[in-house]
Formats: sequence, C-alpha cells, structure tokens
Amino acid sequence: MTEAASLKKLPLDAVWRARTSKFADFAGYDMPIQFAGEFGGLIAEHKWTRAHAGLFDVSHMGPCFFALPKDHGLVGDEAHRAVAALIERLVPADIQGLAPGQVRYTTLLNADGGVLDDLMIARPAEAAAAGDLYIVVNAGCKNEDWALIETAAQGEARLVRADDRALLALQGPDACAVLGAALPVHASALDAMNFMTVARYDTPAFGRLTITRSGYTGEDGYEILVRAEHATALAEALLADERVKPIGLGARDSLRLEAGLCLYGHDLDPTTSPIEAGLAWTIQKARRERGDFPGAARILRELKEKPARRRVGILPKERAPAREGVEIFAGDRKIGIVTSGGFSPMLNAPISMGYVETAFAKVGTEIQLSIRGQMRAAEIASLPFVPHRYVRKP
Amino acid sequence: MSTQKQTKYTKDHEWVRMEGDVAVVGITPYAAEQLGDVVFVELPDIGKAVNAGADMAVVESAKAASDVYAPISGSVEAVNDALSGSPQLVNESADGDGWFVKIKPANAADLDALMDEAAYADYVKGL
Repeated sequence: MTEAASLKKLPLDAVWRARTSKFADFAGYDMPIQFAGEFGGLIAEHKWTRAHAGLFDVSHMGPCFFALPKDHGLVGDEAHRAVAALIERLVPADIQGLAPGQVRYTTLLNADGGVLDDLMIARPAEAAAAGDLYIVVNAGCKNEDWALIETAAQGEARLVRADDRALLALQGPDACAVLGAALPVHASALDAMNFMTVARYDTPAFGRLTITRSGYTGEDGYEILVRAEHATALAEALLADERVKPIGLGARDSLRLEAGLCLYGHDLDPTTSPIEAGLAWTIQKARRERGDFPGAARILRELKEKPARRRVGILPKERAPAREGVEIFAGDRKIGIVTSGGFSPMLNAPISMGYVETAFAKVGTEIQLSIRGQMRAAEIASLPFVPHRYVRKP
Repeated sequence: MSTQKQTKYTKDHEWVRMEGDVAVVGITPYAAEQLGDVVFVELPDIGKAVNAGADMAVVESAKAASDVYAPISGSVEAVNDALSGSPQLVNESADGDGWFVKIKPANAADLDALMDEAAYADYVKGL
C-alpha cells in the first residue's frame, strides 16, 4: 500500500476508478492498465478502438509550451523561425519549415546521434501564438527532456510545462464523429483538420483545448490537452457516447505495436540512431543539407552507407509470443534482439519488433527466435502489421 | 466428499485435484482474471519429472509471460492439447476445460500440505 500511495495521481483518476479498471505504476503514475467487467480486457479494448473509438488517458506524458519571451517583437514566420531554431539544436526535424498548425514527429538526439526521446513538435495555427511551440515528450524522461531543452535555449525562450493538465487521446474510426458531437460548434473545423495538425478551440463547457489530429494507434484520432478543472467533464462527455469505451495502457501498447510505432526505452534508446530505427523520414531535406543537428556525422553517414542494424517487424510462425529481450538468430549466429513483442488481436497471432543486422532485414528473411531456450521459426515482416488509417486531406 | 476429490490450492494460484491416481493441475480463476486474455500456454513434455514449487509451464497473456509452478512433485502423465489451439479456455474455464497437466504424484500425501478451498478463498481475500 505504501508503494501505491507514493504513486502520483492524475486529474482523471476518479473517472477511471469508477469504471473498475486495473491500475499499475507507469513512469511513477498510477495508471489504468485495463478495464474490468463486461466489456473490458486488453483484446476487447484493442478491437473496440480499431472498430469504433477508444478514450485513453495519457496525462502522464509531458506536454509543454516553448515560447519566445513576451516582448520578442517578432511576428509571423520570423517569430516562428526564431523559436524553431532553438529547438533545432536538439532535434533533426525541419521545425523552422513547419507551416502554421503543422505537427512533426521527431527525436531528441545526443552528440552521438542516439535517441534520448521521441516527441511531437507543433507550430500553433494562430497568428497570436507565433513564436510558441507546443511540444509533447514521453512520461518516462520528461524532466530530463525539459532540462535539456531549457539548457539548449540559453534563456532565449522559456519552457512552460503543461503536465498539470489532462491529455486525452481519442482514437479510432469514430473519433471524428464523436469529438464533433461533443463540441458541436467546432465539428466542421475538427473534421477539416488534417493528420498531424494542431488547433486551439475555446469552448464554453471545457475551456481552451489544444487539439492535435494525431495519436499512436495507427488509427485516425485526436489528442486533446484540457485544463484539469475541465478534464472530468470532457472525459465524461466523450464516454457518454456509446461509440466510446475507456481503454487502458495495455491496449495502447498492443495498438502501437501493430501500428509498427516505436516505444521509447524499448525500440529506441540512447545507443540507437533514427536511421537504424527506420525513422529517416523524420529528417527532412533542409536538415540533411545543413547537417546541423547533434550526431549529424553518424546520421548522415548511415543515410548514405546504410546502418549496421535495422529495426524490423517479426512474425513468429508459431504461437509463442517473442517479447523484449528475445535473441534473434540466423542458424547458429546471433543477429539481433527483440525490443517489443506481444500478441496482435487483429492478426490473432504473435508479433514483434526488433533490431537485426542489415543483411537480414529484408522482408521474408527466415530467422529463429530463442524463446526460453527453444529455437522457434519466424520471418522478417513489413511494418506496420496493420495498415495505418490516418486522415490525409489533399 | 472424500478428501481425494477435494481441490487443493497453492499460494501461487495453481489448483490440483486427484482423479483416480493422477492429479489434474491448472491455474485458478483468480489467477486467470489477474493475467487477462491468455494467448499462449507452453506445457511440459509428457514424462517429464516436475518438482513441487518449481517451474512447470508458462502462461502468456496479451500483457506478459508468467511461470506456472508444479503444486506437487511427480511425472507428467498428460497435457491439455486443447490449449494449443484454444488458449482462451484458461480464461473461460480455468478450473475445468482450461486445465494444464496431469501429474502422477510421487507422493499423494503431498496434496495434504496445500490449502483447501476455504483457506484459499481467505488467502485471496487477503491479497
């Protein structure tokens, strides 16, 4: 009990407790892992999200605003470029090139080009917010990330943490209709949002919401930053819609694995480069040309010559799941390791991701997995395991 | 009810019940509920010697892999082949069709050391 008492509670704790969910420590927070009762269970929650809409509490993550000082005196693109240049000291994405309202997925890098965290960086759509960035980092390393960002800014911009608010993810094919029904005044604007864009909505019922059309399930959906005092009302309004079920972190993990997305601390770590991780697409041309990000020498070399190892999808041929730490073999030779693994409810089969020597990374390559001392057949598979269904408007 | 037919329980949430001269072993409904959706069960080879309290099988839920321990010592007489195609039997019928193995006990009196149903119910309540 003393252990549970030391865990931090989030603004929506009572909302989830009322729905008999199992809780566990995740990054120091007491988080709903899966819901009990008639509907619950990881597989049911997972399938519901792919068929309808799932509501996830991701308030443990690290949303923040990174902004030029109030008296910066710059406007529009000029203000944006000034703040973007500061964060570009740490990430290889083209942040200066973001259009108003655009969001990019990127990585915080160390001097060796290893990944310290993966994150989302958004340029607000509103002209009045030029010179601000909205950033969401992972729960597990948010304090370190924020310290790093503040150090890199050298006082030229300030970081305002927003992790006292709630962050909700509404994911699934019904997400757009559900959110529109809860925010009818903004329904058409929410529908018009493209994948990887952000907008701010002032609502009488729930206050100011910062909403991105994004997520980490492979489905269409939104992530909604809401002030703590309005969080319960918003969550209950969304849960009152029969198309929505609350979903725990267990299904969040199986959904992201099916979608072939990286989990920091598992599929990404300080020794892994974005190129090894298959994230070359997150480094835009402008940054490759300038080569002005941490670890650029390694990353540009790996782009040109291919890295020594690659992140791959893995389909075991038998039923035993191959989880993190399982060693990968080609005959007698160890060629890699599983970094995420479990069970795919949609394929009704085990799936994994891991790193293998580049020569074995081709889809269809036969490999063996050493699971509890037994060699089991598997093959390299393409990612994602389940196709993404993001909304991309022309 | 004769003591022979009584189901006995371990602190690790296995159950064991004598049927004739073999002991049927599974995990309890409480354990199955805690694990969540079972997606794979790795069972021992028939004939394998097992020791009370030592690893005997592995049950994998959608979330994680967990060891299952032998409640008594003996040798594996039979395994539940139905679990390879239908691992969800462990959730649907943990104390029935979802059984794991049948063990020929080295010493049938070993069962006496385990909890009876009332003692196990009290034990679970205290968790």
